[in-house]
Amino acid sequence: MSTAIELRGVEKTFGITSVIRNVNLSVAQGERHALIGPNGAGKSTLFNLISGYMKPSVGSILLRDEVISGLPPFQINRRGLSRSFQVTNVFAKMTVWENLRCAVLWATGHRYAFWKNVDNLPEVRDRTAQILQDINLVSRRDVPAGLLTYAEQRALEIGITIAGGADVILLDEPTAGMSHAETERAVALIRRLTEGRTLLIVEHDMSVVFGLADRISVLVYGQIIASGTPEEIRGNPKVKEAYLGEEVA
Amino acid sequence: MSDATATIAPPRPAASDRLKFYGIWIATALVLLVLPKLFSSGGSLTTFSLIGISIIFSLSYNILLGQTGMLSFGHAVYYGLGGFLAIHAINIIAKNKFAIPLPLVPLVGGAAGLLFAMLLGWVSTRRSGTAFAMISLGVAELVASSALILRTFFGGEAGVSANRTKVLRLFDWSFGPQIQIYYLVAAWTLIAVIAMYALTRTPLGRMCNAVRDNPERVQFVGYDPHIIRYIAFCFSGLFAGIAGALAAINFEIANSAYLGAVQSGTVLFATYIGGVGFFIGPIVGAIFVTLLSLGLSDLTQVWQLYFGLIFIAVVMFAPGGITGLLMMHRPLLKGGTLSRVLPSYLLAFIPTLAMVTGLMLAIETIVHYTVNPNEDSHIKAFGVPFDAANPAIWAVAGVLLIGGFIIARKTWARVAASWDDALTAAREKGVAA
Ligand SMILES: Nc1ncnc2c1ncn2[C@@H]1O[C@H](COP(=O)(O)OP(=O)(O)O)[C@@H](O)[C@H]1O
Ligand SMILES: [Mg+2]
Repeated sequence: MSTAIELRGVEKTFGITSVIRNVNLSVAQGERHALIGPNGAGKSTLFNLISGYMKPSVGSILLRDEVISGLPPFQINRRGLSRSFQVTNVFAKMTVWENLRCAVLWATGHRYAFWKNVDNLPEVRDRTAQILQDINLVSRRDVPAGLLTYAEQRALEIGITIAGGADVILLDEPTAGMSHAETERAVALIRRLTEGRTLLIVEHDMSVVFGLADRISVLVYGQIIASGTPEEIRGNPKVKEAYLGEEVA
Repeated sequence: MSDATATIAPPRPAASDRLKFYGIWIATALVLLVLPKLFSSGGSLTTFSLIGISIIFSLSYNILLGQTGMLSFGHAVYYGLGGFLAIHAINIIAKNKFAIPLPLVPLVGGAAGLLFAMLLGWVSTRRSGTAFAMISLGVAELVASSALILRTFFGGEAGVSANRTKVLRLFDWSFGPQIQIYYLVAAWTLIAVIAMYALTRTPLGRMCNAVRDNPERVQFVGYDPHIIRYIAFCFSGLFAGIAGALAAINFEIANSAYLGAVQSGTVLFATYIGGVGFFIGPIVGAIFVTLLSLGLSDLTQVWQLYFGLIFIAVVMFAPGGITGLLMMHRPLLKGGTLSRVLPSYLLAFIPTLAMVTGLMLAIETIVHYTVNPNEDSHIKAFGVPFDAANPAIWAVAGVLLIGGFIIARKTWARVAASWDDALTAAREKGVAA
């Protein structure tokens, strides 16, 4: 199987603190890969590096065997990698519909067009409607995103991330702060929407991680201390000691 | 389009909505057509022309401020350059007897605005926020000072003038009389307003709003916010150039004031007072500010001071501008609870008026002593004569100002309370906020 994302000797330092230290990671095409680790381990920073929000201090990042480190986020996105944010990051004054539509426009080839009526683009309407239904927000279509409930905003965050049709998806703690029932719904949604795509997900809920992931990597203090199938990770003494501990009995 | 889309997507406008939409534009065109029949004096025709120019200019400014979230302190650069190029164009056309009629000259202005926006905007649109604002100010200073150095092009202090009647005639119109200029401006205003409205409904226009709301996230849905800001900036320059050309045609002169800081400030002022959050806001602001500046300058010497006070009041108490203030009442109107707040408005209006009157008396008195201390103290402000040297007047001003302020504060608190009640009641009737 070919690799979707590959990190080679990636390091990131902020001033003198080194946050990511010599990370090598490879995520196969079509795999659901979970990234776990304690708070402050550097998971979000790793996402920032892969998605182009930050540049690695050392090392290189490849998307389908092409180097993407150093490219700006929009170019990485155009190559088919899309990410969500741990802290909801939507277009607050625009409606749910408009939020999703913005995420569809580039992928449908309309780019910076100023000669087309945005309401008259059938494929944009179809795709936006599809995503709106997928994330279960049809009843909230015309509400400004800033006025949604927390769980609804998280759903919209996922919707924006997948709307462009990228086949490599990075989700940063998509279920954080959700109730048990909301989490279950969100996981079902993620499972459905990432069918046939590559998923890299940061998640704290271990039942979610072990239920969803094909492979798991454990990041502690900016280093990957283990990488493998759920069974391998569960049985790994280093992981138990460093992170999982009592959580996985 | 799939069947599922039809039930999920926002409904397409019905035939009646579309008719209403086009009806508005046609009605506007008709109003513009008959307006000179109702107000036929030369003065009102000039006023209408100035309003039309100001509408185009303010709307072009709002492409930046309201739609893309860019605060420019130097928008007059593109207006002014459009004006100068238009004047030169008129002179060249007249001299060479080119077959270009006057109504096409605004295209020259638009092209100039567009070209200079393309040249000067690339660097400044890299950033929004403070960096963009500062660069716009710097560019404006640069261009304004060049205007005084490059005398052959800008004509120094006197400016460059032209005779608009010397170009090719169209249907026997010389464009000498103000009525013909009015129709020229009105037609261009309608075209520009429709074009700028249409722009908001395009993929680019929607992404401008996205950049305004969250430039960071835009990058993660495939867009380069710099390019979006740059294209918006170019459009804004294009329409500013058209407005400047119309102004130049109207006055038959272009001078350095066209490009200056005052002009840049005025357009910011008009746009903001009208309201940046709605397409119609800058139109309202342009009408309001043009009428106010023409009216106030006859009534008082220090009209700019009042302008400043109004601006501060709007920023502090009505950040949505006049349009925002009116639109706030929409849910109440729909819910039928508007009548609940009106009495409290009336109650608040009286002490507020007293306070404002006191303030105006105080200002005019101070102006008398600081600006014209040796003249007769029996002065006239806003058409009302009074004696600025009379201590009784000072006392009245003080009482009105302080008393009005104290009572107004209380009554406005009541307005807020009854407002909340009315809104709650409207929501209970199922009206979305
Ligand atoms: N822009 C930044 N500048 C300085 N330090 C940062 C920055 N971003 C993250 N960090 C630090 O890097 C470490 C890892 O943060 P983060 O990647 O958010 O962890 P996680 O997502 O695993 O909880 C933290 O100690 C955080 O304070
Ligand atoms: Mg994190």
